[in-house]
Amino acid sequence: MDEKDRILLHLLEENCRTPEEELAVLAEMSEQDVHDRIGRLEKAGVVRRYGAVVDWERAGDGNVAAVIELKVSPERDFGYDRIAERITRFPQVRSLRLMTGAYDLQLLVTGPSMHEIARFVAEQIAPMDRIRETATHIIMKTYKENGTTFAEREEVERLPYSF
Amino acid sequence: MRDFISARARAIPPSGIRKFFDIAQTMEDVISLGVGEPDFVTPWCVCEASIYSIEQGSTAYTSNKGTPQLRDAISRYLDTRFATHYDPEAEMIVTCGVSEAADIAIRAVTDPGDEILVAEPCYVSYSPCVSLAGGTPVPVLCRAKDEFRLTPDALAESITPKTKALIANFPNNPTGGVMEERDWRGIADLLVDHDLLLISDEVYAELTYDGGHFSPARLPELRDRTITLNGFSKAFAMTGWRIGYLCAPPGITAAALKIHQYVALCAPVMGQVAAYEALRNGGAEKDAMVREYRLRRNLFVDGLNKLGLACHLPKGAFYAFPSVESTGLTDVEFAEGLLREQHVAVVPGSALGPSGAGHVRCAYAVSRDDLKEALSRMGAFLESLK
Repeated sequence: MDEKDRILLHLLEENCRTPEEELAVLAEMSEQDVHDRIGRLEKAGVVRRYGAVVDWERAGDGNVAAVIELKVSPERDFGYDRIAERITRFPQVRSLRLMTGAYDLQLLVTGPSMHEIARFVAEQIAPMDRIRETATHIIMKTYKENGTTFAEREEVERLPYSF
Repeated sequence: MRDFISARARAIPPSGIRKFFDIAQTMEDVISLGVGEPDFVTPWCVCEASIYSIEQGSTAYTSNKGTPQLRDAISRYLDTRFATHYDPEAEMIVTCGVSEAADIAIRAVTDPGDEILVAEPCYVSYSPCVSLAGGTPVPVLCRAKDEFRLTPDALAESITPKTKALIANFPNNPTGGVMEERDWRGIADLLVDHDLLLISDEVYAELTYDGGHFSPARLPELRDRTITLNGFSKAFAMTGWRIGYLCAPPGITAAALKIHQYVALCAPVMGQVAAYEALRNGGAEKDAMVREYRLRRNLFVDGLNKLGLACHLPKGAFYAFPSVESTGLTDVEFAEGLLREQHVAVVPGSALGPSGAGHVRCAYAVSRDDLKEALSRMGAFLESLK
């Protein structure tokens, strides 16, 4: 990883549909170099996936999302990793993180209704071994996702000319 | 009734872009590459700090030369960032933007009959300020073949026994030209030999893309014959806050302070609070903006050259200054045609000094999408000329 890789990653993160030709101009390198570097970053697992940031609320999708906090008793030799690995396998779990502070694991879960999420937590997550406590927080509104603000602000008028 | 307008005010030439401004006002979908300011909004931490201070009732005058807190912070910033050393008590004034700093610097040193050299093309205020102070502005031309550097040869040609000072702005508006240490050394010799003062406007110092900015006051022989001007507008996207500063040896600073206290009293306190916060916590966002300007520069200059509008890769500021000579049009004709037909606003180079003729200034301080759209409209305009 060097500075050029870093620039490419930032550009891809911002818009992964930018053509390689344009990436080459922006990052001051040849198209071949861009192509090779991206291939390498993909292969190394630095670039995990290409996706869109979707405002599902605006898309009219009725999905519900919740942040779930888990207190977990770590296992000898494995810590939190084994239980985390089991939780990641549920497709409802969009993200999973180990946290410092009052609880251990944080899940972002989505489902078609509040009821479904409640059932998922009560029937799938809470009964797992080593889960000591759960707390479910329903997301009411998303203002910003992955660096993108969802609310639209009015453009500020600028002068067309100034020296 | 008499004509009350003074001869000096009457002598100031009208703005070279007034006409364009009026045309642009009638259009809805103008892409403006004509504005010399960042398109970014001031970093939020800076706005937040200023809002909080207003809520706390901080709305009064400050010390004429600016709050001690801000001057201390500027002094430390200049030291770490550009290796120049100024005493915040005796060698610094916080001003209402760099525009005011330039004005009081010029007035503090200009006597009637003095010739003040102005490195052109450049920002439009220097020459009128010299004239208003009773001096005579004398252009020194920076040329495309030198990537718009100021050369010792050009400078030497313009020096007369009446010459008192040189005003230079690097990184440069409108050319994006920069001066490196070796470029300044040749200039420094001449300034010392002829006992001249340097007024160095470095408001684009943070916006350099290939190697860091070199501040001429770093040269020991120039340190005490230089007035360094800088400010927050361009680096921190703070044009509307009006905060700049002047740094100079104590004698010159004291003279400029007398003028500043009568014309401005002090810079706005809200802006001073904001500027302090920018220096404390705005660095990362400033760096991110500079990275983005660099990407835009690469995109836009590549596009210009592909269109056949020759443009060197500017190393500083956020301006591209392509030649339009290949079109057979003058810069004014080109800028007017492009605005009327394709609704893209650029500034004709001749509005920024005679050596800017044949070029147009394009500020790439707009989004990359707008730059692409501007390039495609410029392409369509060039097609229409064939």
